[in-house]
Amino acid sequence: MSVSAGAASPAASAWARVRAGRMPAAPLFAALAALLAILVVVAAGRGAYPISASNVVAILLHKAGLAQGGFEPQQMGVLWTIRLPRVVLGVGVGALLGMAGATLQGLFRNPLADPGLIGVSSGAALTVALTIVFGNLWWPDLSRMLGLALLPVAAFTGGVLTTLLVYRIGRTSFGVSVAAMLLAGIAMNAIALALIGLASYMATDEQLRNLTFWNLGSLAPATWPVVAVVFAVGAVALAGMWRLRGGLNAMALGESEARHLGVAVERLKALAIVFSALAVGMAVAFCGIIGFLGLVAPHCIRLMAGPDARVVLPGAALLGAALTVGADLVARTAIAPAEMPIGVLTALIGAPFFLFLLLRAKGRMFEG
Amino acid sequence: MLEVRSLKVARRQAGQPQPRVVLDGIDCAVEAGEIVMLIGPNGAGKSTLLATMAGDLAPAAGQVRFKGKPLQDWAAGELARQRAVLPQRAGLSLPFTVDEVVHLGCLARAESRRQLGDIVRAALETAGVSHLAQRSMPALSGGEQARVHLARVLAQIWPAGTGDDAGGKLLLLDEPCASLDPHHQHSVCTAIREFAHRTGAAVIVTMHDMNLAAQYADRIVALWEGKLIADGTPQAVLTREFVRRCFAVDAAHWQAGEDFLVATRPLPEHA
Repeated sequence: MSVSAGAASPAASAWARVRAGRMPAAPLFAALAALLAILVVVAAGRGAYPISASNVVAILLHKAGLAQGGFEPQQMGVLWTIRLPRVVLGVGVGALLGMAGATLQGLFRNPLADPGLIGVSSGAALTVALTIVFGNLWWPDLSRMLGLALLPVAAFTGGVLTTLLVYRIGRTSFGVSVAAMLLAGIAMNAIALALIGLASYMATDEQLRNLTFWNLGSLAPATWPVVAVVFAVGAVALAGMWRLRGGLNAMALGESEARHLGVAVERLKALAIVFSALAVGMAVAFCGIIGFLGLVAPHCIRLMAGPDARVVLPGAALLGAALTVGADLVARTAIAPAEMPIGVLTALIGAPFFLFLLLRAKGRMFEG
Repeated sequence: MLEVRSLKVARRQAGQPQPRVVLDGIDCAVEAGEIVMLIGPNGAGKSTLLATMAGDLAPAAGQVRFKGKPLQDWAAGELARQRAVLPQRAGLSLPFTVDEVVHLGCLARAESRRQLGDIVRAALETAGVSHLAQRSMPALSGGEQARVHLARVLAQIWPAGTGDDAGGKLLLLDEPCASLDPHHQHSVCTAIREFAHRTGAAVIVTMHDMNLAAQYADRIVALWEGKLIADGTPQAVLTREFVRRCFAVDAAHWQAGEDFLVATRPLPEHA
């Protein structure tokens, strides 16, 4: 009944898979981790006060208690209090945005979903802006009680509500329509931008400075306590999204097919919305809107290793981290001593990439 | 194994205040190892009945029981290990390869990677798509994709080894032959028959091709305007008189050895 493929040797079939765009997971992760490590060391060394890569490594080893000396004490001060928190925050935020993008794409059954494009980021930014401007006025007790957690809680709430809304609007019985999803995203972005504008009109000078960078995105507010919050909450979000990998794969076949394969679909959708909003909310709360990472990172992994969520989720986290650290490095050194907002940079690179994907997908845009 | 009792299904339609009753008073039962084909003209309710049997549609009245237990009482994972459903048109939002798609069918299975590999290979072989294993799904023709999805549902309930047989497993197929050329229609039907008779699984298939139903069904259930109007062997059901009433076409029969064939043509004017 069928023509057998013949007995190919394991090595030959492995190579055939690589050529078909299915790079094995282990070497891919190793390469991405190496790239990330190199970028972290380079980014930690570059800036107004340069520190050589070997000294960066020496300081890190010293801090880990594995080696002594080989650097100036002042270098350690700069690296430890200024550079490293920022670089490490970039790793965390990038990983969260990369994996959240991959999760949203699985949920929406659409590889063009991105937290920035569909309005999740601006929804989160809106609640953060409202909290900054009106928080002390409306809920002074709540603000005091939550402390450093106030902005993440606000961002998470905004993120969940926006995702739910866009999902409800974009959903059809055949899956989520790209056109409806993107249009709903445009509307959400416009509403959020208008309300953030309104809030900034009523803000004090200090609040205004705080607000401005939400529209542009920046890793500048990095301190160790911020890093600790992002990593603690981020770890929950990353672990939560990783647990959805099997169900997200099945969702590619359609909702009722996933149900027939044994996936508790309603639960999967709820968890995907909660965890991706948690991830995006964490990034937005401290760094503002850094767009397109959630689109670019999963897409590049899919091109290299195929669409299996077991590879795409961790791969997008690693690549998202590397892209963020790299973009921040450029953002803060390219026009030194001035600094470019990282969100502007990721948009400059990500938006043309999105247009390219859109052109390729145009033929299939209105199918459902 | 699967029992449908006094089933009534209503579907809401755009612009209509009241849901329209599309199935009414359906009673039937399917046993292990049996291939039952649902036939009927367009709009008779074949796909609706299959979707209700699959649990995609909730009945307005009556019940669907699988192994004596109402369908809605089954846990999703447990049901997935015992029953697979092939939709009429399966979409795929990401460019998985054939091998990966068939592995997706094994999501609820607990076997080791090696055993799953063997199961997937056997399912690909049975559906006649082994040679496509490393191809990307979007690059395949509609007929090839349909056969890959058949392999996927076969893999989902494929017997795990000597201890396990598919007896007690159920396969629901919605028009598995609709987009296939005649050669592949027969190879798919043969694969389904082989699977059912070798493993003891029960198979329920919606089929608009009467000739294929006549050759491959153990039993035919005919629907007409939402009612069950016949239930029996192909020879007993597909009489010339019945085909004329139900499908408004004229039928000719041909017994070729074991095989019972049905050919159709338009009714003569004013017959």
